[in-house]
Amino acid sequence: MTSSSPAIELRGVTRRFLSPDGKSLTALRDFTMTVERGEFVAVVGPTGCGKSTTLNLVTGLFKPSGGEVRVMGQPVSGIDRRIGFAFQTDALFPWRNVLDNVVAGPLFRGRPRKEAYAEAEAWLARVGLKGFEKLHPHQLSGGMRKRVALAQTFINKPEILLMDEPFSALDVQTRAKMHEELLDLWGTNRASVVFVTHDLEEAIALADKVYVLTKGPATVKSVYKIDLPRPRKVADIRYDKDFIAISRRIWEDLKSEVQGAQAKAA
Amino acid sequence: MDSTITIPLSASEAQIEAEARARQKSYWLRVYFWRSAILVALLGSWELAARQGWIDPFHYSMPSAIWARLIEWTTEGTSEGPLWYHLWVTMEESILGFLTGSVIGVIAGIALGRNQMASDVFALYIKLINSIPRVVLAPIFTVILGLGLASKVALSFIMVFFVVFSNAFQGVREADKAMIANARILGASNWQLTRFVIIPSAMSWIFASLHVSFGFAIIGAIVGEFVGARYGIGLLISVAKGSFDSAGMFAAILIVMAVALLAEYLMTYVEGRFASWKPQTSADAA
Repeated sequence: MTSSSPAIELRGVTRRFLSPDGKSLTALRDFTMTVERGEFVAVVGPTGCGKSTTLNLVTGLFKPSGGEVRVMGQPVSGIDRRIGFAFQTDALFPWRNVLDNVVAGPLFRGRPRKEAYAEAEAWLARVGLKGFEKLHPHQLSGGMRKRVALAQTFINKPEILLMDEPFSALDVQTRAKMHEELLDLWGTNRASVVFVTHDLEEAIALADKVYVLTKGPATVKSVYKIDLPRPRKVADIRYDKDFIAISRRIWEDLKSEVQGAQAKAA
Repeated sequence: MDSTITIPLSASEAQIEAEARARQKSYWLRVYFWRSAILVALLGSWELAARQGWIDPFHYSMPSAIWARLIEWTTEGTSEGPLWYHLWVTMEESILGFLTGSVIGVIAGIALGRNQMASDVFALYIKLINSIPRVVLAPIFTVILGLGLASKVALSFIMVFFVVFSNAFQGVREADKAMIANARILGASNWQLTRFVIIPSAMSWIFASLHVSFGFAIIGAIVGEFVGARYGIGLLISVAKGSFDSAGMFAAILIVMAVALLAEYLMTYVEGRFASWKPQTSADAA
């Protein structure tokens, strides 16, 4: 039964926060989303609308105030070992060198040291950081730190990969390179991915399915299937005419929400 | 004197580095010159003022008399027995107070930092005890624990504990939220999270408190000795005061200064070894 169930299901989920002065704030309302196994889903929406909240509900770090969150057919209870998470900010451990950062996951999970280190070295080689093992994160460029973070996440072989605007702090060229590397890694591991971003082009270039959220409190405004063929060349795809057509259609949809959110912020 | 150095555009890396080294060296030579100049001027004017009778050497003493007293103490011993023994007693009290205070402070800080409920419960009591000026506890400790080692260690401990505790607590609270979430999702248990993320990130806070707290440990020991003791630097100061021996008081202060400075350098060295992962700022090359 569970083998055919979707990787992630959020059914009518509401999530409220209590502000420090005791007021209740709603981040998500009646939110429904399904991610099939091996599917790459992108979530776009205006800034501050509650996109990241969806990810934290799946990790089990947050609990839903209403509705249901299921992972692999089971209700979420605590942190699921099958989940990997890529953070927006730098979440590497600055006092550990590159190798010790990558090896953290397997060691936490009780793998024998020798095996874990051998695997970590193999992953560093895969993301092109052979020879940088002994450096500390502050000695690396932003792109290299992201690669370390990807290796740190992928070494646990996640079946579900949650990404919270992971490349938003990178410059344009590095970001394009990281897109290629991500699709390459994903191509071999075929995790189910939820990729949160505010960059529509990034979402379309990477994903099978794009969820557009309304301004906060967020709910699903519309869902688009992206039928662009794989494997995709992310650097070139943005000039593809199908890509441009899809991009224009989704932007029409997203535009009103973004403008609404900006009006509210101003 | 013209201090600008013109480097031709074609200067090699080695030349630029040599220039930078030379500039660095001359800068530090000047710093050392001014440091010693100020010391000589201060001591010189003190000595001069005392010898000319502008200040009363009986009350203010003078550098040469203090130096003579130090020599006398080190070679012939004090009226209360050998100097080294007194120094050793004070050090023993300070080190014991420092070690117990910082270890228990760190453990308590991390434990309460990780537990919201416990920290809210104990916050009141910690504030209450912390509001007592530490020095007034000295007579109580002397009455309860006697004239020996224990009363001074207790005072040293209480001086050190609160500083280290509050820094460790704050350090735990300031640990980066994304980093904690990352470790959790990577599979860290509670203990692994504390050991691999919380403690290392609280370390710079803890070291900041250890720097000042060895000084506090010495204060605790010496104040304890003032109030009642048979040995120690505090006793030497107290005896010197009783016999109007101002040179003796200054000599004892000098000894304490030397010890505290030494401890400070030691701490900086240890911290440097621990913090090798931290970014170093690179200097402007030209």
